[in-house]
Order: sequence, then structure tokens, then C-alpha cells
Amino acid sequence: MSRSYDRALTVFSPDGHLFQVEYALEAVRKGTCAVGVRGKDVVVLGVEKKSVLQLQDPRTVRKVAMLDDHVCLAFAGLTADGRVLIDKARIECQSHRLTVEDPVTVEYITRHIAGIQQKYTQSGGVRPFGVSTLLVGFDPNDTRPRLYQTEPGGIYSEWKANAIGRSSKTVREFLEKNHKDEMSREETIKLAVKSLLEVVQTGAKNIEITVMESYAKITTLDLAQIEAIVAEIEREKEAEAERKRSRLAATAAGQAAMSQAATGSGQ
Amino acid sequence: MDISFALTGKGYVIVAADTTAARSIVKMKVDEDKIKVLSPHLLMAFSGEPGDTVQFAEYIERNIRLYQIRNTYALRPPSAASWIRRALADSLRSRRPYSVNLLVGGYDTSTHTPHLYWVDYLGTMSEVPFAAHGYGAYFALSLLDRYHDPEASLEDGLATLRRCLDEVAKRLVVTPEKYKVKVVDKDGVREVEI
Repeated sequence: MSRSYDRALTVFSPDGHLFQVEYALEAVRKGTCAVGVRGKDVVVLGVEKKSVLQLQDPRTVRKVAMLDDHVCLAFAGLTADGRVLIDKARIECQSHRLTVEDPVTVEYITRHIAGIQQKYTQSGGVRPFGVSTLLVGFDPNDTRPRLYQTEPGGIYSEWKANAIGRSSKTVREFLEKNHKDEMSREETIKLAVKSLLEVVQTGAKNIEITVMESYAKITTLDLAQIEAIVAEIEREKEAEAERKRSRLAATAAGQAAMSQAATGSGQ
Repeated sequence: MDISFALTGKGYVIVAADTTAARSIVKMKVDEDKIKVLSPHLLMAFSGEPGDTVQFAEYIERNIRLYQIRNTYALRPPSAASWIRRALADSLRSRRPYSVNLLVGGYDTSTHTPHLYWVDYLGTMSEVPFAAHGYGAYFALSLLDRYHDPEASLEDGLATLRRCLDEVAKRLVVTPEKYKVKVVDKDGVREVEI
């Protein structure tokens, strides 16, 4: 029945769905995972990198883009669509500076991107962008880190921590369980890596971490740094498992002793 | 009435411009910055029709920045100068052209060479060892012919610039009282007092 509503144009189906937008969301769910985590005065973007082919130049495969000195963007979904969106956003950042002599706020550029995405759900002859984005950054003259998300339908929202893309639900639930307010730089980075490890089996070499510490202070962690963090997380997990095992053994021993005592007194 | 000078030396370019903003015969302001920092190693002094100058300079500034964000690396001075010249040449052929004269100075971090370009509002561009725009040019060019040394140290370069400014102060009827001087070299851009 739905066939006539999911053609080239985004038209409502009788039950109020826009199929093209929902398919776009599906494309996002198939894309590589990206997480954003906000700490006390730091915000971290983590993305799952596809393994680079043997003869490919890894520098040309980037999932985190700088929009302006103080705003970074990561996306999940169709890479080509993401690229177009990034270019539009970069132009808007400079255009905003040119017209009002001020850098954009993170919310402004998020709203602009969401606006573009919305336009592509309501115009003829186009299809929606198959990307969700996470934007991180600092507003000019402000010390509060920001984290925003946009979706193909044009929805945008602010978050303390969030994930988009493949298995984003698992990661988001993990973040909900483990996110604390007022996290330090190290804690925030660790949480981002830890949450990504929930879905990235291959470990450090498929993770890219971008840290923004204050206005226009952006660093990308190199492989060695990420490996160190991953190793630390593994160690902690191991220690935790070890504690659990010994606790289990202790209770088992206790129970055994008790049942022995019970049978002993029964005789 | 704007006066601007620029000269190259051993691994640097000095760009100087007066700081007066005038309207008719009245000085409105004496601390105007007429040298834009376009990228970490690129400077542009602009003079000409008031209004046009700032508008054009800001347009160039934002586009050079956009290029850098898109490509990670900034345009090198020769490419930047060519692009700027083209922007002026296109403007000349539009309904309302910008009348802006420029001195574009930069340090090429890949070849470790300083570059200086003289550009006028007609879209003329030439790479030169030293340059001047405005009334200053009438007095300074002969001095620069005599004293400019492409291998000079920064101190000697600034001394040569000092000669030009002194000559303008001595001979020009209406002489600016202050100049802003910026230097670009391997370490980037900085302002120097003179």
C-alpha cells in the first residue's frame, strides 16, 4: 500500500509518515557510530573509523570536520551527503563573520544545518540528507562546552552526551548509565572511548577522538594516546572481572560451608 | 591620502601603512588598522576609496579563511595574490568596481621565501622586492632603489623603512603622524613599533 508514498517526493502517507525521512534515518543507523560527551569544561567527539584499505591514504578519510575555529562536526550516515552539509556550514560560518563581525554560536550553526536538512524534506525534486550530525564547540566569550545533534528531518537538540549511527541505542544507554556532570578532561575522554568500545570491536585503531578544551583549542588524539586509554580501560575491566570472580568464589565457598554445616547438624 | 609601503628582506616582508582615516580635509581617526592578517603567513595592506577598502579586505579575509578550513592548509602567497588580483579584476568589470590598491606580503613556508605583490585597482599585479602606494610612492621609491637590500636583516629593513617614513614626513605637504608596521616571517605575523 505504501508504495505510492515513498517515491521521489517526500509526501505524507495516510498515517502521517514521511517515508523518505524515515529511510534517511535508516541510512543514519547504517552509518558508522559517533559519540559526543560533555565534561566540566571540555567536550569530546569520538567516531568509529572504517578500516582504511591497504593502499588507501588515511588522511583522505575523515569523519570529524572543523567548521570554524571553535566548532567541530561529526556525522553518521552517507559520507557524500555529510560532505555537502559540511561545506554549506563552513560557508555559513564565514558568511556570519563577514556580516556581523562575530563568530557563530554553536546553536546558530546547528540551527542552520538543521534548517538545510528540513528544507530538503519539503522541496520538490530533492531527497533528504542521509546524515545525522553531532556538533561540539564553545560559544564566543563563553566557557561552557556545547553539544548538539541534528537529524535528517531537521530536528535539533542539545545534549550532555549522545551517540548517532550504528548501534547508537546501545551506546546511548551506556552513556545514560555512566555519564556524570562535571567530568574532568581525562574522565570525559575515557567515557567517550569506553562507550565507543561497546560497538567497535577492533579497538583503538578504529577510533578517532577529537577534544575541544576551550574556545578554538582543538586537539586530535593520536593512535598511541588512544591505545593507552583503551589499555587502561581493559585493565580496569579485567580487575573488575577478577573482583567479581573472587567474590563469586567466596560466596560459593560460604554457601558450601553452610550446607555442609546443615547436613552435619541433620545427622 | 593613504600611504603604504612594503619591502622584502632576508626571510621576511615588512608592510607599513599610515593609520589616519580622513574625510575631505578632516582627520576622523588616527588609529585605523589598514593591514589585514589574511592567514598565519599572509598580510595585506589596503588603500583607496574609503568603504570599498574595508568591504573588499573583509571579503578577501573571509574567503582566504574559508579556503584554509576547507583544505587544512592556507593558500601560499603566490596563489593567494593571484586569487586576490582576480577578485579585483572581476570587480573592475562589474557594475560597481572596487577602487582598492593593495600590497600583499607573505612568507611561503614550503619554499622558505618571502613574497611581495603590488596590486592596484585595475587588477595589475607584479611581484616586487619593495613597493609603495599613495603619495608616499613619489618620495620613497627612489630611496628604496638606493637602499633596499633583499638580503638585509630585519633591523636594516626597518631602518630602510624609517628612511622612507622620514622622507615623507619631511617633504609631503600633508603627512600622516603615525604608521602601523607589521612583519611576516617564518614565525608568522607580528606588529613592530617604529
